[in-house]
Amino acid sequence: MSQVRVLVGTHKGAFLLTADGKREQWTVNGPFFAGWEIYHLKGSPADPNRIYASQTSGWFGQIIQRSDDGGRNWTPVGNKFAYEGATGTHKWYDDTPHPWEFKRVWHLEPSPDDPDIVYAGVEDAALFRTADGGQSWQELPALRNHGTAAGWHPGAGGLGLHTILLDPVHAGRIYIAISAAGAFRSDDAGQSWRPINRGLHSTYLPDPDAEVGHCVHRIALHRSRPDVLYMQKHWDVLRSDNGGEQWREVSGNLPTDFGFVIDVHAHEPETIYVVPIKSDSEHFPLDGQLRVYRSRSGGDAWEALTQGLPQRNCYVNVLRDAMAVDTLDDCGIYFGTTGGQVYVSPDGGDHWRTIAHDLPAVLSVEVQTLP
Amino acid sequence: MTIQVILPAHLRTLAGVSGDVGLALTGPATIAAVLDALEARYPVLRGTVRDQVTGQRRPFVRFYACEEDLSLEPAETPLPDAVIAGQEPFWIVGAIAGGT
Repeated sequence: MSQVRVLVGTHKGAFLLTADGKREQWTVNGPFFAGWEIYHLKGSPADPNRIYASQTSGWFGQIIQRSDDGGRNWTPVGNKFAYEGATGTHKWYDDTPHPWEFKRVWHLEPSPDDPDIVYAGVEDAALFRTADGGQSWQELPALRNHGTAAGWHPGAGGLGLHTILLDPVHAGRIYIAISAAGAFRSDDAGQSWRPINRGLHSTYLPDPDAEVGHCVHRIALHRSRPDVLYMQKHWDVLRSDNGGEQWREVSGNLPTDFGFVIDVHAHEPETIYVVPIKSDSEHFPLDGQLRVYRSRSGGDAWEALTQGLPQRNCYVNVLRDAMAVDTLDDCGIYFGTTGGQVYVSPDGGDHWRTIAHDLPAVLSVEVQTLP
Repeated sequence: MTIQVILPAHLRTLAGVSGDVGLALTGPATIAAVLDALEARYPVLRGTVRDQVTGQRRPFVRFYACEEDLSLEPAETPLPDAVIAGQEPFWIVGAIAGGT
């Protein structure tokens, strides 16, 4: 019978949650790397026992951990993230120039084909790559050297490159997103980049339709239709049907279109999920009710999913990397909260149950579907 | 000479050690020499005490010895005699800096 392994990064360590395909009885292992912030863990699609973790600390900097046995044992690998060439400046919060400084790895994206190849999205925003299983990391500097980069501002959480999508069909196509620079696309494996923010409208910008500067929170795609992209922006949920060339808002009847996560059903490319958050000044659900919203039409028309989720006095947040889907049939949906809860719906969102109640604040959730 | 180094708990865990670390130095006993020896013995600690690119002490890491704060001293500063003699340890401390 199939199994699932949920990789949870939290404010104070990593946890591995496992269950069989029914997803009813769960085993919680951890904390791994106790006391450290684990921004993200992700397994290699080419070798599910190979898992990478970003372990970081305001005191002691960045560590990258690697497991070759499904998370039982871990080995620190390379942690030197050196920008290539002159680093230049981006804009600081007060609009003054600020030198590019490496702070942490926000997101790790293993290659679908080679367990030794991994991309790392870092703060201050840049894209790194390893081809030796994490022992050494090289920057793909064209992104940071983009002509708009000197004008990028950090989001409230920093100038983080938080989303990396490796196009499964178009060889060499990579999508990334940066808070608060926006979304970018490369068609040549990271050698050159261009902003893909046409159609985004952000009233917090002097020019709401600017080429860059939009606070994109998350982008998602379905493997079968990688030209269709879904985006949760600071405010607004959007979609693109042409690889990001043009976006249109699909917030529709959402009660609020602020939020962080967005993800796509594993088997239904038009079924998408968001967790609406009240506002950018109140990072908790509307009316104290934790509701996932599902659209079966790729946006515009949304339904609230509440069965098993707290519907009173709930004031947690769901951060941008904290939702994932498995590939079982029915598709399982997972998300974690800043209150330390991890929820699963084993039936595409209709019913939810709590896997863990009291973990540290959840920063990221990934799931592996295992044979 | 052997310098006794006391690491903060997270770095002891990372390095896989349970107590003080004794580091043998052959050249001048300076702050930089201690850190070089520490990173040579425990490569996993590279980048955790000082930046790997700039060599600068990480902002929330402090160096103490003989009840003195050596954090702001130049890296080539000689260690106190009592540390060189093995009578006092060299402390690497994670600063008390709030946090959650």
